[in-house]
Amino acid sequence: MPATITTIAYLLSGILFILSLGGLSRQETARRGNTYGMLGMAIAILVTALSPEVTGYGVLAVVIGIGAVIGAILAARVEMTSMPELVAILHSFVGLAAVLVGYASYLDPNNALTGAEHTIHEVEVFVGVFIGAVTFTGSVVAFGKLRGMIGSKALALPGRNLWNIGMILVSAYFGYEFVGQPDHGGLLSLGIMTAIASIFGVLMVMAIGGADMPVVVSMLNSYSGWAASAAGFMLSNDLLIITGALVGSSGAILSYIMCAAMNRSFFNVIFGSFGQTAKAGPAAAGEQREATSVTIPEAVQLLREASSIIIVPGYGMAVAQAQYPLYEIVKTLREKGTEVRFAIHPVAGRLPGHMNVLLAEAKVPYDIVLEMEEINHDFPETDLVLVIGANDIVNPAALEDPSSPIYGMPVLECWKAKQTIVMKRSMGSGYAGIDNPLFYKENNSMLFGDAKKVVDAILAELKSGAAHAA
Amino acid sequence: MKIAIVREARQNERRVAGTPDTVSRLITKLGFSVTVESGAGLGAGITDEAYAAAGAQVVSSKAEAWSGADIVLKVNQPELAEVELLRPGSTLMSFIWPAKNPELLELLRAKNVTTLAMDMVPRISRAQKLDALSSMANIAGYRAVIEAAGCFGRFFTGQMTAAGKVPPAKVLVIGAGVAGLAAIGAASSLGAIVRSFDTRPAVKDQVKSMGAEFLEISIEEDGTGVGGYAKEMSPAFIAAEMALFKEQAREVDIIITTALIPGRPAPKLILKEAIDVMKPGSVIVDLAAEAGGNSDLTVPGQSIVTENGVTIIGYTDLPSRMAPTSSQLYGMNLVHFLSDLGGATKWNVNLEDEVIRGALVTHEGAITWPPPPAQHPVEVKKTDAGPALPVGPTPEEKAKAAARRSTLALLAGAVALLGLGAVAPPAFVAHLTVFVLACFVGFQVVWNVTAALHTPLMSVTNAISGIIIIGGMLQVSGPLESPVTILAAIAILFATINIAGGFLVTQRMLKMFSK
Repeated sequence: MPATITTIAYLLSGILFILSLGGLSRQETARRGNTYGMLGMAIAILVTALSPEVTGYGVLAVVIGIGAVIGAILAARVEMTSMPELVAILHSFVGLAAVLVGYASYLDPNNALTGAEHTIHEVEVFVGVFIGAVTFTGSVVAFGKLRGMIGSKALALPGRNLWNIGMILVSAYFGYEFVGQPDHGGLLSLGIMTAIASIFGVLMVMAIGGADMPVVVSMLNSYSGWAASAAGFMLSNDLLIITGALVGSSGAILSYIMCAAMNRSFFNVIFGSFGQTAKAGPAAAGEQREATSVTIPEAVQLLREASSIIIVPGYGMAVAQAQYPLYEIVKTLREKGTEVRFAIHPVAGRLPGHMNVLLAEAKVPYDIVLEMEEINHDFPETDLVLVIGANDIVNPAALEDPSSPIYGMPVLECWKAKQTIVMKRSMGSGYAGIDNPLFYKENNSMLFGDAKKVVDAILAELKSGAAHAA
Repeated sequence: MKIAIVREARQNERRVAGTPDTVSRLITKLGFSVTVESGAGLGAGITDEAYAAAGAQVVSSKAEAWSGADIVLKVNQPELAEVELLRPGSTLMSFIWPAKNPELLELLRAKNVTTLAMDMVPRISRAQKLDALSSMANIAGYRAVIEAAGCFGRFFTGQMTAAGKVPPAKVLVIGAGVAGLAAIGAASSLGAIVRSFDTRPAVKDQVKSMGAEFLEISIEEDGTGVGGYAKEMSPAFIAAEMALFKEQAREVDIIITTALIPGRPAPKLILKEAIDVMKPGSVIVDLAAEAGGNSDLTVPGQSIVTENGVTIIGYTDLPSRMAPTSSQLYGMNLVHFLSDLGGATKWNVNLEDEVIRGALVTHEGAITWPPPPAQHPVEVKKTDAGPALPVGPTPEEKAKAAARRSTLALLAGAVALLGLGAVAPPAFVAHLTVFVLACFVGFQVVWNVTAALHTPLMSVTNAISGIIIIGGMLQVSGPLESPVTILAAIAILFATINIAGGFLVTQRMLKMFSK
């Protein structure tokens, strides 16, 4: 296969990848986009397999076969609530692959570069392995945190920032040592740097609290892209470079969106800490504030009387698997003519867009699931808001109290509706450990209990009432 | 501490200062013991037995009820003779209207009674739950519409029936305070076309949010007075107002007027010449009748019909006509007030508390009305009165700073790239070109991804970053034992998992999105 055909084929793959991402701009074109992506990947693999450098077909077939089977099983079996973990572990694979490709490229006897090109190549290898190692270990730790295997509290080592800077400097030193060593003598330096980068990755993610996981996962998504790009540089492969850049920018944009949604800078999230975890928020002195609570029949009555309802789901709803009976309630109300919509905050869930996927899984039609910017100004005209398993994203202190740790964070302004109901297990405080003035507002009522049990009970009551209604 | 809820002496008063619900709250939540004068609740349909079941002690003797109590709760101000029955040192809570009842005030003072006037509670947002004027006005506004509908010959809502078309009623509400807004709400929900006028521009949004049209006159004068009330306007304004009302009177079917000025007689807004041009069958409900009325022909306490067939309702007891509800809400106002006063266990007539001080008209042998002016500006609306927020940069300043930053970043980037171009070999620079362009393309494309699909975005980018497989594929063709081949093979394995897993899970998720 002439090299020019390969290049054109790579160009086609690149175009297909770009169209794939473009297709995700709307739900209607998204599935086609995914197919384009698959096509692009197939073309790239096929053309590479047919290129003169590749002859080890036996090995190739075996390894690809095993990988495909494992991947397919994972994809079919994973629970939507576990998507963040899957994404994290897949990032780690890309990081690992980048490290391995880096080493292989360094040790490759067929590499015949000299002079400046050789140096540049070694630098590319070094940078690629560094990013790959950080991505690999960081993603593994992220996986552990999301799975609950590692504690979600941020690990605040003393002098953490000094350690980070120190590790980068030491790595740079070893890079200097590594470059220019004849005959693969730099392997030791490379190895030490890999170890340091791995530790760096671990510590960086350990230091971030569970609440900030959406940012971390997006960030690692971005790194996996840059690692692929670095591999492209070292292998002189434009398709790798392009694809890596696409993925890298994607992750970077998602990280930015997440940070903007929490009104914190990226640096603050990754290298700062969130005002000391668990230092309990300022529970107001003395002011005996009472939150009124309602019973299930009263809540159902409010649901029946409302002509417009907005539901604000949080991760707690997903954990309790309440989205299925919730959708049944939504269907019953919509049949009655009530307008029901969902309001999704950007950082609800453990992953950007996670709540949308969970609701889609429960067959909630996507045209009633709205983002914060689209729906935030509709609250004043809404009769009833149901907040399920969400806390900080509906906290008015973010807008009204400059001393609050979450001040400035955009939130869903549900208290502006005529009536709100907050479903919670108890009056305990949310992830950020701060009190929520929403609970004590005049137009709010609490509905205590396990989310799934409460939703099931509401559904039962609603359906039995509907049978009686004239 | 003992509370007594007594019978209202005033004729036609059906309200009572407590219901079984509020009585049980006084007992269980605030620790009082409650006595109810026999028959007190009959006007509101509440029997003595109902009060007893809620934990009150029912006494038949009026003297026993009044004199045996530490706190007497009432709706209307006591008759002068009733003051005699109060125990010295006890507390009285009821409507007082101190400006109109100086004799009563003097008697209460002489008896050493602590009097809290429910009509003198400051109109601030903190005191809304004990503001009896608002709770009663809300009821009056609603009831005004019902009374109007009761003697109006047409539907409020328009109808297209088989027998013909019926036009909707047009309702004008003058004064958009608590009563006015309640009237607007009730008339709107009955389907009428509602318009409203008020001299205070701030209420325009409230009126519009209730679905009514806000009428304005071309003279710019703000009628907002102290304490959320309106103030008297200039003669030019008044002339324009009268012109507007006369023009409206020609057109509308129902006029509900609620205009009051504290301490003065109610302003005359619907003059005889306006009433004369109204259509026969029209109705005027004058909620200011007790203060003299807003129309020239209002007869307080009665409903009359003018020569040209206009009904003018001047009832002064609209809340009393809805006694079960008004008693409950007034009773709750009292419960909240008693709670603020500390309840039975921590009773404290705290003179530092603005609300208590404002409502206190006699205390410890002195007349304490009017209260000293409030220290802070009275809120008309609940917005904006927060702590001084740190003055940050304005949006324009922020935008300019951001623009400056990105220009600098672009310049720095350009310089760095040029520097690189000076020293790097051509192959590298070619790759760099591709890389930078790809970053820009990626940036543009990914910003368009809808937020709802961000999770599939992450899984699909995972899949395509499996493209690193071709890196491995190019290294896997050496001898099987060589470290290069082994490393490459492992890399391919992991990359394939990503590719297969990523695309398939994305497909699975995208299938779930349905409309």
